[in-house]
Amino acid sequence: MRQEQEAEFHGLLDLFCPMHALLGPEGEVIHMGATFAKLVGGEAALGQGFLDLFEVLRPQGCETIADLRAEAGQKLSLRLREGSRATFKGILAPFGEGAAINLSFGISIMDGVRDFGLSGSDFAATDLAIEMLYLIEAKSVALGASRKLNQRLQGAKIAAEEQAFTDTLTGLKNRRAVDHVLSRLIERGGPYAVMQIDLDYFKAVNDSHGHPAGDHVLQQVARILVEETRSGDCVARVGGDEFVLILDGVRGRDELARIAGRLISRIEEPVPWRGAQLCISASVGIAIGEAGSRDGGAVLFDRVDKALYAAKHAGRAQFCFAD
Amino acid sequence: MHGLINRAIQGFVSDNFGAMRWRAICRAARLEDCEFESMLHYEDSLTERLLDAVAADIGVPREAVLEDIGTYLVSHPNVEALRRLLRFGGESFVEFLHSLDELPERARLAVDDLGLPVLELRDVNVAEGHYRLCCRFAQAGFGHVLIGVLRTLADDYGALAFLEHRGVVVTKAGEAIETIDITVFETAFAAGRSFDLGAQAG
Repeated sequence: MRQEQEAEFHGLLDLFCPMHALLGPEGEVIHMGATFAKLVGGEAALGQGFLDLFEVLRPQGCETIADLRAEAGQKLSLRLREGSRATFKGILAPFGEGAAINLSFGISIMDGVRDFGLSGSDFAATDLAIEMLYLIEAKSVALGASRKLNQRLQGAKIAAEEQAFTDTLTGLKNRRAVDHVLSRLIERGGPYAVMQIDLDYFKAVNDSHGHPAGDHVLQQVARILVEETRSGDCVARVGGDEFVLILDGVRGRDELARIAGRLISRIEEPVPWRGAQLCISASVGIAIGEAGSRDGGAVLFDRVDKALYAAKHAGRAQFCFAD
Repeated sequence: MHGLINRAIQGFVSDNFGAMRWRAICRAARLEDCEFESMLHYEDSLTERLLDAVAADIGVPREAVLEDIGTYLVSHPNVEALRRLLRFGGESFVEFLHSLDELPERARLAVDDLGLPVLELRDVNVAEGHYRLCCRFAQAGFGHVLIGVLRTLADDYGALAFLEHRGVVVTKAGEAIETIDITVFETAFAAGRSFDLGAQAG
């Protein structure tokens, strides 16, 4: 190549590929772009062996310039032997008796730019590196804003759930609602009745037919409880298969017994489920808050708990009054 | 209006005048909530009311508020991320000016539902550093924000520039076209603030 032509050729490479190098027959660097020079510590790198500066990660086993020349046109993966751990993508073409090689940062662009303190003018104007950096940064800012919003929404959701009075599976009231209703009734004074209903054989249904079957049964029970009570009564699911009814107003033991009996017999009706019949039963404890009673909620629940225990103890499908 | 824009107004008031002042302004603007979410959308009329309330509270014309918001957006440490994103536009102030044509696309790359004004830079007399920027948007006023942004970024780049708002024309379709004259006297007037590509903000 004539000297004039050579200068023109170098100028073109410097402009289009600032991260290129031309290698001589021994693999020594004979010319390099301005950004390549920044990677390898400046002009001092001229004359040094390319493979002394860089380690070829892939393809493996590239130890000599002849090995490198054999990989012409293949995608190379390289790393500097000293300093930055950033990896480079490279492509090489035979050039004279040596080779021409061009590098780019590929996916480790962030590390590369930071490690070598590069700026916009270190990349060719057509290189997408700057847009890539812009995009990484813009996306992380936008993602940060989205994450903050999500956290706030999550917090609001938890707060709303904590304040909710509804059991989402059955649409009945929940434990919070029961405490709320009961404390109002206690403040006002009796009479009212509290029934605690515990399903029998529910675990067996869950175990043999799966949770969807169990959920279906709970929803059927919820429907029965609502149908068998007045609209002003509080019907709640307070645990997995535990329900509480708070019946306001005067109702004698006879009427409460009739209600409990009907509840048990209706709950015992088999529930069809995907060709099977799901059979459960229920035990019921009943406590009456008399007019003028000063019992708190804890005392009342303790009484109704004992009644339920007695009912269970008497064999399933029973109801029992607290003393 | 995109939440980011309302959030910018919120940031400007709270960071410069305090949270109490911001709440008072929200009450004056009859807002239900004092906290804007960056990633949600709000009624345009709400932003208009808010800007009027800020101007009344601070006691300056609305145009001055908008310009101060522009300055705030590229100079306050709490919004450093935006300054950095803008600096990706170019290596020098003039190069940055030319990147303004791409601003709406750049914004969309980051937040795809963020509608920004369409900007067009015309070279009036490059030798003397004269440029004219046209800003088209559904609402008038963005031009003043831009003046604040550009004036501060000129400093940031270490350039000396003169900016002037040449008024607004509203088209039949209701679109506001604002014109800004820009004169860049010196591109290397002062050292400017550094911009390190690899150092991510926040």
